[in-house]
Amino acid sequence: MFYKETIRQMYDIGIGSLPIVAIISVFIGAVTAVQISYQLSDAFIPNYYIGYLVRDMMIIELAVTFTCLVLAGKAGSKMAAEIGGMRQKEHIDAMEIMGVNTSSYLVFPKIIAAVFCIPILVFISAIIGIFGGYMATILAGLFKESEYIKGLRAFFDPYNIVLLYVKAVVFSYILTTVSCYQGYFVKGGSIELGQASTRAVVYSDILILIADYVIAVVLTV
Amino acid sequence: MIRAENIFKSFGDVDVLKGIDFLFERGKTNLIIGKSGAGKTVLLKILVGLFEPTDGHVWYDDIDFCTLNEKQVRDIRMKVGMLFQGNALFDSMTVAENIRFPLDMFTKMTLKEKNTRVDECLAQVSLDGSNNKYPSEISGGMQKRVGIARAIVLNPKYLFCDEPNSGLDPKTSITIDELISSITKEFDITTVINTHDMNSVMEIGENICLLHQGKLAWQGNKSEVLDSDNKTLHDFIFASPFLQRLKDRALNK
Repeated sequence: MFYKETIRQMYDIGIGSLPIVAIISVFIGAVTAVQISYQLSDAFIPNYYIGYLVRDMMIIELAVTFTCLVLAGKAGSKMAAEIGGMRQKEHIDAMEIMGVNTSSYLVFPKIIAAVFCIPILVFISAIIGIFGGYMATILAGLFKESEYIKGLRAFFDPYNIVLLYVKAVVFSYILTTVSCYQGYFVKGGSIELGQASTRAVVYSDILILIADYVIAVVLTV
Repeated sequence: MIRAENIFKSFGDVDVLKGIDFLFERGKTNLIIGKSGAGKTVLLKILVGLFEPTDGHVWYDDIDFCTLNEKQVRDIRMKVGMLFQGNALFDSMTVAENIRFPLDMFTKMTLKEKNTRVDECLAQVSLDGSNNKYPSEISGGMQKRVGIARAIVLNPKYLFCDEPNSGLDPKTSITIDELISSITKEFDITTVINTHDMNSVMEIGENICLLHQGKLAWQGNKSEVLDSDNKTLHDFIFASPFLQRLKDRALNK
């Protein structure tokens, strides 16, 4: 049962969130590339730096933060509403009386699924974002394809990939636990359920941004 | 049997239960009755461990439920079945999956054995062939019966029913009452029913606990109800003008 529930959650969080993550990532990459290109247009900086900057910004910061903020809204609110609805319909009480450890049965599969799927989503987001930057600049004729590719290959530090995964794991844990907590302890009716769902998103977002800063300080300064 | 010993329960400054002592007997349909707000549901939730009493003890046979650790509570709960007021059926699961859920969680039976057990339980509640329907596709009475089937699938020693007749027409209510009563007898289990349905009181009330303002106001069985001179009991039982007129007419004859 735990295995089946984990697979279901993986499908929901992973496959279910892929389209929105892809759409957001391609535009973030595109806008980042176009704006860096605009900012550096008059400077004595080679064009290939744009590819380099887009790549590192996507890997270190934009892919992971944007993806997790969006997932806090999409998957987090769904988790809070799903568990909160079960609380209100006495499903959780029913499971408790059957002897089911509800926090383990309802929350643990979501944490496992999120911690496994979200880093993969974030990595895909980074790749799509870099591709978005390529499309926006090369297809728009801002500079040559070879310059962008050269930038992507320049100054690559594998440690940045470690940063991406560390952030993704921490953020996914935050958004899952905060959302499940809000749903699990909801009281009252549909208005309170809506409030819990909103709190899940807001608190997750705030904690993700704080964690982002802390990780940046601890791992890069 | 289950014994409530000097149960107190307060929520903040509000005292809901004020020292309840009652023995819920094995092989009998034990009814907790009383007006809305009398503390019936709170007592039931204390008995199953969803609420902790402010003071007092709940005994399952010779085990003090209130002193058990989490694992021991879970072991006891494997022997408990409960029918909820709102049925608490999982909407995303079919009838068969709902009934099979406890088997999936707690047994190592093969799928075939589980399905056979599900069919047995469905037959018990006269719902053969409803395996693949979803809770939203069946009536309220059928949902109650699915709830009962799920509650008995693990062969419980204790069965709790929270307002099993709420929202049902009188005929379906009688069917549900008869079903609960027959299961109680057949499997010799301790059944505790929280109700304010007068038909249930007079039909299956083998051991009745009347709560009034958080206290035990009367106890007895269905045959003692009419002979009792307890005012609280009579105010509750004959609260409707129709029943009052019937009573007056019977007494005048």
